[in-house]
Amino acid sequence: MNAAGSPVMDVVAAVLMLLGGLSCLMGALGLVRLPDLPARLQAATKPQTLGLSLVLLGTALRVELTSAVTLVLVVVFQVLTAPVVSQLVGRAAYRSGGVPEGALVVDELAAHVPVDADGSGRPELSDVGDPALPEHSGS
Amino acid sequence: MNAVFLVVIAMLGVAGTLTLYRLLRGPSTLDRIVALDVFVVLTVVGAGVYVAAYRDGSNIPLLAAVVLVGFVGSVSAARLAVRRERHR
Repeated sequence: MNAAGSPVMDVVAAVLMLLGGLSCLMGALGLVRLPDLPARLQAATKPQTLGLSLVLLGTALRVELTSAVTLVLVVVFQVLTAPVVSQLVGRAAYRSGGVPEGALVVDELAAHVPVDADGSGRPELSDVGDPALPEHSGS
Repeated sequence: MNAVFLVVIAMLGVAGTLTLYRLLRGPSTLDRIVALDVFVVLTVVGAGVYVAAYRDGSNIPLLAAVVLVGFVGSVSAARLAVRRERHR
């Protein structure tokens, strides 16, 4: 990148990296302070992804163009994969009874996913879309 | 500029400590999985600060690899955790 050494770019990169670090810090703070798992999931995905994006954009302003393209690719990977992790963990929490009863305003999963907090129900693997995995065999 | 890097690294250190607290303390396995995912992202952010500080782009592909490994690890751990907890 041509402007990689200019003072303006340095200032912009510094501001981006400070904001990103602050965002990461607030996400971790929320991870400790928030009361239940869906709230922690919220704190774990959004501020972390924002912090990663800001810091890596600030980094991309300080390296040459080919490295900057790879950094943007890293940000795209994180933006694509964070919702998947969030969705899977939230669904797993819902099934194993990790979501408190009064915390939900709308419970759209109730019609589709049975909650078996005590382990008495049969395992519902079919609606996760993974028929290749064996049903757990009494281990 | 060096002060900026130090401040960001200090923020990431505090964030990593808080995340480790949740990782050790977390009531359920899923809390620990979430904390571990956050910790992987914090590692990537720290490596990004290193890249910016030394203008050394040679280990940027490592960042992509770590992000993807963290994703695969979190997804598989979440699937295994819900199956394990059903037995209790």
